[in-house]
Amino acid sequence: MSRLGDAFERARGENRAAFIAYLTAGDPSADATVELAKALERAGANVLELGVPFSDPIADGPVLQRAASRALACGTTLGTVFDIAQRIRSQTRLALVLFSYVNPVHRMGIAAAARRAAEAGFDGALMTDLPPEEAAPIVGTLRRAGLDTVFLASPTSPAARMREAARLSSGFLYVVSRPGTTGARAELPRDLPATVARARQAAGDLPIAIGFGISTPDSARRAARLADGVVVGSALVAAAEGAGQARIAAVESLARGLAEACGRRNRARA
Amino acid sequence: MGKNRVVAETGAGQHGVATAAAAAKLGVVCRVYMGVTDMARQAPNVSRMRLLGAEVVGVDSGSKTLKDAINEAMRDWTENVASTHYVLGSALGPHPYPTMVREFQAVIGREARRQFHRLARREPHAVVACVGGGSNAIGIFSGFLSSRAELYGVEAGGRGSEPGDHAARFSGGSVGILHGTRTMLLQDEAGQTLATHSVSAGLDYPAVGPEHAGLHDSGRVTYTRVSDDEALEAFGLLCETEGILPALESAHAIAFAGGLARKWPRSRWILVNLSGRGDKDLDEVLRLRAGP
Repeated sequence: MSRLGDAFERARGENRAAFIAYLTAGDPSADATVELAKALERAGANVLELGVPFSDPIADGPVLQRAASRALACGTTLGTVFDIAQRIRSQTRLALVLFSYVNPVHRMGIAAAARRAAEAGFDGALMTDLPPEEAAPIVGTLRRAGLDTVFLASPTSPAARMREAARLSSGFLYVVSRPGTTGARAELPRDLPATVARARQAAGDLPIAIGFGISTPDSARRAARLADGVVVGSALVAAAEGAGQARIAAVESLARGLAEACGRRNRARA
Repeated sequence: MGKNRVVAETGAGQHGVATAAAAAKLGVVCRVYMGVTDMARQAPNVSRMRLLGAEVVGVDSGSKTLKDAINEAMRDWTENVASTHYVLGSALGPHPYPTMVREFQAVIGREARRQFHRLARREPHAVVACVGGGSNAIGIFSGFLSSRAELYGVEAGGRGSEPGDHAARFSGGSVGILHGTRTMLLQDEAGQTLATHSVSAGLDYPAVGPEHAGLHDSGRVTYTRVSDDEALEAFGLLCETEGILPALESAHAIAFAGGLARKWPRSRWILVNLSGRGDKDLDEVLRLRAGP
């Protein structure tokens, strides 16, 4: 089984949702990203989505836009993201997902990028702006390189499109909690259980993870009751951004709370 | 569609004004995203949009121009898709926008071909249009693809050939993916979008409508470039000789057509798409003429 599949399997065995953390690679430096990844693992993260910064991040809210700007300012490219991933691979047991807009991957060449991603230790890849309609040959190339492929399903996806996204996905199906860009929201949308139910129907046995807008242990706890995995990105990046040199401690502390919230057993209140 | 709100992006402001006018007529809420650089150099159109009741939102990320306005419009649209339709202004973006915009603009080509025939009793030897995203160009070209006319698309040559100094995608770009379109794109080695420059806001965009990339590859249309200075000169020329103030975008097409006319015998006919009016550019042109 792939490291990604294994992460979900183990989480299921422990009656919790897998905790999937997101970092923009190179924000604000390669070294910082490696240290943050180690802190996330210590805090209990199971999967790390490593974001490739892009000049035009149309799916991202202000926090991840700023992260991309900082990462680009220090010279981060898809090539250096592979270097960062290799360092994280050798120092952690996190499952690693390459998270990118499609153009940097397209520019390197899908086959070369897939090979280098696998060599760097990535376990899967997700390209935000790669529509299922155009994805079949790319998915084939990524799978042959040994990578899982993850696609997005959103509340606005009709059933047929959800099925298509699920059919192209391995590892897990990523359910976007609400229409719109990435970023923390005060609460989860009311129709989330319905969206997840539709995604379940499309995904069959494939695990599903919920992301976009989950920022607190409270929202993570609710998402963990619905799905097999919970993705948190902007809140972690914002915590690092706000803490400056104290970023490792800030991210580790937030991540610890989120990881605990992914457990489904009712704990006695203190 | 049951939607009560529209969003649009605009570069030169022409599309923003048109969208604001249609929204006012139909009684729907309208928000237009515009790079702050473009708001400054196309101020008259900002005023027009506001008078028409639209909310104009300045975008100060990235290059603060059309590309960044599209980023923000797309973010708004994905967030508010239940209530909001995105009125994309050029023949680009995700499918089916390039096709839809081409069809809407095709009226230019149909009418131009009919009118040209009525006036000149013949087909033109050449059709010339400026190409930013390429909506006016794809509109007029679509009427002449079946003719024997030579078709010329004119890109912004800006102030030079270095990356960041122009918006000439066919001479300086490579195949890439931006805003849901795979097309010719100005990008660096790592696949990051490059900055662009043009004196005209409407041509100041790093990607070109995908159908133009196809017409370039098939050889049916020749794409060329005209510099800021040549466009400014053509702007003055059309004012002096015809009393017509062309938009700075369209002045690029005028400049290229002028060069073609000097090369060709007088018996040959050239049709230029004067895609926009230039009163929006007057202050900017006077400022540029006064020098730094």
